[in-house]
Amino acid sequence: MNDLIATQEPSLKRRWGAKMTDIVSSVWDSDIVYSLRNSKVTIVSFIVMAVILILGLGADLFAPTNPFDPTSFSLFDSEIPPVWTDSGDSRFILGTDIQGRDVYSLLLYGVRISLMVGFVSVLLSLVLGVVLGLISGYFGGKVDALIMRIADAMLSFPTIMFALLVSGVARGIFPKEMHGDISVYVIIFSITATGWMQYARTVRGAALLESGKEYVQAARVMGSSSARIMFKHILPNTISPVLVIGTLHIALAVLTEATLSFLGVGMPPNQPSLGTLINEGNQYLFSGQWWVVLFPAMVLVVLALCVNLVGDWIRDVLNPKLR
Amino acid sequence: MVESVVSVENLQIKFDVSVPLLSRLLKRKPKTYVHAVRGVDFSIKKGETFSLVGESGCGKSTVAKLLSGLHKPSDGSVVFKGHDLVSLSRSKLKEVRRGFQMIFQDPYASLNPRWKVADIIGEPIDLFGLADSKQHKQAMVIELLHQVGLSGEDRLKYPHEFSGGQRQRISIARALASKPEFLICDEPTSALDVSVQAQVLNIMSELQEKLGLTYLFISHDMSVVSHFSDRVGIMYLGRLVEVGEVADIFNSPKHPYTKMLMEAIPSMDEINKERTPVSGEVPSPLNPPSGCAFHPRCPNATHACASESPVLRDLGERSVACLNV
Repeated sequence: MNDLIATQEPSLKRRWGAKMTDIVSSVWDSDIVYSLRNSKVTIVSFIVMAVILILGLGADLFAPTNPFDPTSFSLFDSEIPPVWTDSGDSRFILGTDIQGRDVYSLLLYGVRISLMVGFVSVLLSLVLGVVLGLISGYFGGKVDALIMRIADAMLSFPTIMFALLVSGVARGIFPKEMHGDISVYVIIFSITATGWMQYARTVRGAALLESGKEYVQAARVMGSSSARIMFKHILPNTISPVLVIGTLHIALAVLTEATLSFLGVGMPPNQPSLGTLINEGNQYLFSGQWWVVLFPAMVLVVLALCVNLVGDWIRDVLNPKLR
Repeated sequence: MVESVVSVENLQIKFDVSVPLLSRLLKRKPKTYVHAVRGVDFSIKKGETFSLVGESGCGKSTVAKLLSGLHKPSDGSVVFKGHDLVSLSRSKLKEVRRGFQMIFQDPYASLNPRWKVADIIGEPIDLFGLADSKQHKQAMVIELLHQVGLSGEDRLKYPHEFSGGQRQRISIARALASKPEFLICDEPTSALDVSVQAQVLNIMSELQEKLGLTYLFISHDMSVVSHFSDRVGIMYLGRLVEVGEVADIFNSPKHPYTKMLMEAIPSMDEINKERTPVSGEVPSPLNPPSGCAFHPRCPNATHACASESPVLRDLGERSVACLNV
């Protein structure tokens, strides 16, 4: 018995290995990867995006200090310029801000907060928009009219104005000591509430088209439930434009969050996002401390650019007409 | 007397095609309806093929949709094996639904492009809970594919990998998955090439013989109908004008509209035949003619035809709705 296992094991392993190489080569040769391999801009964007993503998500590991912990920084270290300038300090690669916090660490934590807000609000608006769009397109009639008029009304609010409104209301309702904690929810709510309509409209249009097709009628003759038809039949046929909008929306959401934080209704200074950092650094720009504002601004621009480039590539790959 | 599987009585449907409420109120326009099916009666016996024929827009596809439950009739009844489908409760309806399925016209639109064939054919098996294990379901799918002349391996492919005829066979396999007795075929061959049409029709008649199926066959192709069906109903503007055995209707049509249709069939025997084309067009169902709907196009129309609406009269072997027959 033992001999049998001993003789079988290497062959089994080899078969496993062969299977893995098969899978890898089939993925490598697939349309999507082929198109990726031929677009150098996308590869670079992907890599830059991945680096920023990893650094941001792993901020605890990569940042030398924790800027959220008041004991980790000291006012004696304030306003130190980056390490390559004459009066730089080797402890602070990108210098420190007015409170003596390490700009590099602030940057990593800021990226994390910005990305978190961006992803969560895009995910929420995507789910909300897709569900409402499916209901609207599949049922039609009065439900459709109601949902689409709400969407039209929401489209007439600029995101920034809506966020200012929500944040004003939230500040009125909640006690002062909670303002710092609720600000992240206020931002996410504002971006979601002003962002779902695009998904709803796209999905509604596609769902309207798909529900007229005979495969949907066939499912109805079989007695499928409406939910099953909407999510199992229609959704897979409407999802690719949604993915494209979603990717491009992430860049927009990150920028919106930065704008709101820059205006002072976003993330509080003790949990800074990229926008908060730019806002703070902006105040010291004219006193010569360029490093506090420059690095967050550069990261924000590069991040938004890369996400947009990847989004454009996804749009081209998923749209057979553009190939 | 063979029992009838389906019988339809005074089936009617109106579609609301009014302009939106606000503009209707502003312009003081009344509600407008299209009376697509205006009272149709027929019954289909077990094991037979009943065809509905007519020009486009006469309501034949709407009758198919009414029977399959895709539309709710505004009046009349559809009785399937003793159950009135219109008044049946939801849970009971689901049970009865197993007994009838539908085959659609466009094989390119009737299969979900994102699903594999195994999932498409397996859907009714899941919905009606017919398989007790995954292996059982797979075996059923393979069996169904064999029944329509496809190979079991095809279950792993996507619909776009098949030709129109093959797709239509997948469609038939899906319809057969719940082991129905009655199939509603809404122009199943009109989107196919002539050679492929024959293939699909042959499979359908083989299956009918083997499984004892009953068909309602909707078509505008008279040669397919004469080849394939046992009895025919001729529809004109939402009504049946003549119903009878295929041979009777094709050899000695009674209703002037049926005569007109038969004249128009191309035939190899009379290649240089002088043809009287079907004159005029189907009137708009929004505003149907008074009396007999056919009277503006009818060569034998009398004064009575413009005022009196004929009913389907039983003439022994067949029924005709015409005042002058």
